[in-house]
Amino acid sequence: MKSEVLRDVERVVLTLDVNGERRELLVPVHKTLLEVLRENMQLTGTKHGCELGECGTCTVLVEGKPHLSCLVLPIQIVGRAITTIEGMANGSELHPLQAAFAELGAAQCGYCSPGILLSARSLLEENPRPTRDEIREALAGNLCRCTGYTKILDAVELASSPSMGRWRATPEWPK
Amino acid sequence: MARNAGVAEVRVVGKPLPKVDAVAKVTGRAVYADDMLPARTLHCRILRSPHPHARILSIDTSAARRIPGVLAVITGADLPIKFGILPVTQDERALEHEKVRYVGDPIAAVAATDEEIAASACDAIAVEYEVLEPVMSIDAALVAPKDERIQDYGGPNNIHKLVSLEFGDVDGGFAQAQHVREDVFFYQGNTHLPMEQHSAVATFVDGRVTLWSSTQVVHYVHRALSKVLELPIHRIRVIGAAHGGGFGGKTDPFAHEIIVCKLAMLTGRPVKCTLTREEVFYAHRGRHPVLMWVRTGVTDDGRITAMHFRTALDGGAYGSYGVASTFYTGALQPVTYDIPAYRFEGCRVFTNKPPCGPKRGHGTPQPRFALELHLEKIAHELGLDPVELKRRNFVKPNTRTVNWLRVTSCGLEECTQKVIEASGYRTRERRPGRGVGFAISSYLSGAGTAIYWNDMPHSEVQIKVDRGGVTAYCGAMDIGQGSDSVLATIVAEELGLQPAEVRLVTADTDTTPIDLGSYSSRVTFMAGNAALEAARKMRALLVEAVEARGRKFDDVSFEEASVLAEARFGTLTTAGSYTPPKIAGPYKGSGVGPSPAYSYSACVVDLDADARTGLVTVNRIWIAHDVGRAINPLLVEGQVEGSVYMGLGEALMEEQVFRKGLHKWPSMLEYKSPTFLDMPEVETFIVETVDPEGPYGAKEAGQGPLLPVPPALCAAVYDALGVWIDEIPVTPEKVIEALRRKDKGEPARYGPQRFPSIPYPAPIKVEPPPKHGRFAHQEVTY
Repeated sequence: MKSEVLRDVERVVLTLDVNGERRELLVPVHKTLLEVLRENMQLTGTKHGCELGECGTCTVLVEGKPHLSCLVLPIQIVGRAITTIEGMANGSELHPLQAAFAELGAAQCGYCSPGILLSARSLLEENPRPTRDEIREALAGNLCRCTGYTKILDAVELASSPSMGRWRATPEWPK
Repeated sequence: MARNAGVAEVRVVGKPLPKVDAVAKVTGRAVYADDMLPARTLHCRILRSPHPHARILSIDTSAARRIPGVLAVITGADLPIKFGILPVTQDERALEHEKVRYVGDPIAAVAATDEEIAASACDAIAVEYEVLEPVMSIDAALVAPKDERIQDYGGPNNIHKLVSLEFGDVDGGFAQAQHVREDVFFYQGNTHLPMEQHSAVATFVDGRVTLWSSTQVVHYVHRALSKVLELPIHRIRVIGAAHGGGFGGKTDPFAHEIIVCKLAMLTGRPVKCTLTREEVFYAHRGRHPVLMWVRTGVTDDGRITAMHFRTALDGGAYGSYGVASTFYTGALQPVTYDIPAYRFEGCRVFTNKPPCGPKRGHGTPQPRFALELHLEKIAHELGLDPVELKRRNFVKPNTRTVNWLRVTSCGLEECTQKVIEASGYRTRERRPGRGVGFAISSYLSGAGTAIYWNDMPHSEVQIKVDRGGVTAYCGAMDIGQGSDSVLATIVAEELGLQPAEVRLVTADTDTTPIDLGSYSSRVTFMAGNAALEAARKMRALLVEAVEARGRKFDDVSFEEASVLAEARFGTLTTAGSYTPPKIAGPYKGSGVGPSPAYSYSACVVDLDADARTGLVTVNRIWIAHDVGRAINPLLVEGQVEGSVYMGLGEALMEEQVFRKGLHKWPSMLEYKSPTFLDMPEVETFIVETVDPEGPYGAKEAGQGPLLPVPPALCAAVYDALGVWIDEIPVTPEKVIEALRRKDKGEPARYGPQRFPSIPYPAPIKVEPPPKHGRFAHQEVTY
């Protein structure tokens, strides 16, 4: 183990498609997608809780499916569409899930929120009207220590209800 | 000096408004400490002890220093001054150079251009140890150590602290009792497990240190930095970054916070340290494992005549909040039940484990677990309904407890009624394996005394109005509970605005006045009262300026009012502060327990317990919480639901345990915590008793509702299977073992068999307050 990293690190040039933007990067080949997103691309909205694939905090979408970015190497997903929390809103218009999370207090410390929002988005795209148990099942890989999950379930239900609409404008800021 | 003379009509208080920072949180734009990367940042890694107990013979950092990319390596010799959260236990060093006391104790730190280089430099540091016999249990700590004591204070042996207090005539109380019962309980230790790993970034510019940290209390970190770095307070600035979860685990000043500052001073570059998840388990400061013995005397109709409560806390290797934790294991029993005579003996021991400290409920969930189950057992013995027995002993509003705690508003009756009715507790369907259990609890709305002795207010808020906008400055740290939103709501309420219109500057020791931070459920009550005072003063200025023009405040816009007031008075600033009333009793140790108000909760757990597998499945939980008044009911519900969740995790699965000196599972996979699939539906009732001193009548919400969950769960397991699990977590193995014992005709329980012999000193005898009970008859000075 000792001083292993001091050897020359193999670096690769690769192009990642993140939130619809293509970026060419030179990165050490062993760096995880989580590290590259946060450190090379400054997309710090993706959080980390364990870096071992245990907590779901670093979830991003690859071709719309949840992936733990701490377990993915960028070289595995070159050319595939990656979505992070920064790509979830449409400009300053929140995604219905984001609006529902804000509205119902589903984000307390907010640290697990990006990963849970993306997992929930993937669920709703496959199953627009999930039952409460289907939501639990889909989000079971994401831990949250603040909310007791209750308000998150409420928010995903609200976002999937017909009244919420596809997009919802940014909450009304005080004039 | 009631701050809140009657509750006038309110506009934004009591509304379920979204948090003021909700959009930043759901869009990934909140900046947590690890998200920061100032230009030229160096990365820090810490070398930690692989031994639970050892003397350090030598540390050789020369090879590490030679590694390209390493800019600084420091050891204990660079930071020799000891610190600690409590003035009486300054026993920690940022880096240890003499002795290590748990696996994970920090020894050396490296700043390098890259995190991997820093890690590899840590590997290149050679440390020679003389390994000592570790002390890993309460029993082992009570006897003479094989090699040497863990700390060189306290004693005898590895005892840290002994407490012995007696209120009223305890022997006489037991003599009056018709029934006396004794029980022993154990509450396993567990950890906060915040989703965010601790992180800190420091810079050193113009001779001044600035630290951004994931902390609950910028003020205490500020003080510790000043002491250890030997810098005056004005050369240090501590800023709370967006906070990824605390639960008490980020309330101590931590080694890594001091280390990054020192490394920034040495290198002249920004330095960042983010703990790995494994290191977060070593930082700990979590729930103390507590062994408890309780004896209670009751009359035939279930009235308590006397209680004797003993606790033994497994403190881990350092003091942390431990002295306070020890007192807390005895303080709040009389705050829910009218106990006419009470003896409390507490003991905290040092062991070679990460230090325990405050976790949600700080020192009180353990005795609450024991007390509720003990009373449950007494009720079964007397053939009384447990709910009824408890109700007969409930404290009444506006009373003083036997240990001098002042109870003002108290919604115990109403909380109990809500959950008993909603759950159908009395008319529940009886079938094998299904059980329902009930428990109550109480918690502080802020500790009535500061961590270190001083006469300053516990919170101060400044308000500035200019150019038609308002800014509130407050030192409190929003750790996700929504304290920023509470402050904004209070200021908005008074000034006729919406919360989102109030700009906030919080948790920054350069720009905000003192606030003792987010612990002990103090922010809404204390910072809230300070904000209320500052806002009312500002409102008075605005009103005066408007009325001087012959107009009415309600008829002009805020912008116009602020222009008129600025023209009339010049710069518009007001300030408010909050100092808790001096209500501690006249005895040594009375500083732990007093609070300006207590919250109350009641809980019913409905579960199925499988006699074949021992598995417990919780079907539903009803919880009622007396929050005084909900400034924002959405946030109160969130706190209550989160507390129930955390209590359920402690009751069913969470445990921080060790094997041969090593943490058994310092990872999020093996340290089990409830997932979406484990969490039952929770029905929450907010009870509003309108506290006479809380802002708009508000009390705490973030900690109290955790406490009744573990005992209610164990009462429900007894209801389901007829066995007592007197030790949490309630794992399937324990249930099966208890059932096996029941089948063999042994006592139908799982739990500790005995309480050890502890050399408690003779108790300090304290006269109960005059006319114990109503405090209306006595002098109460605020």
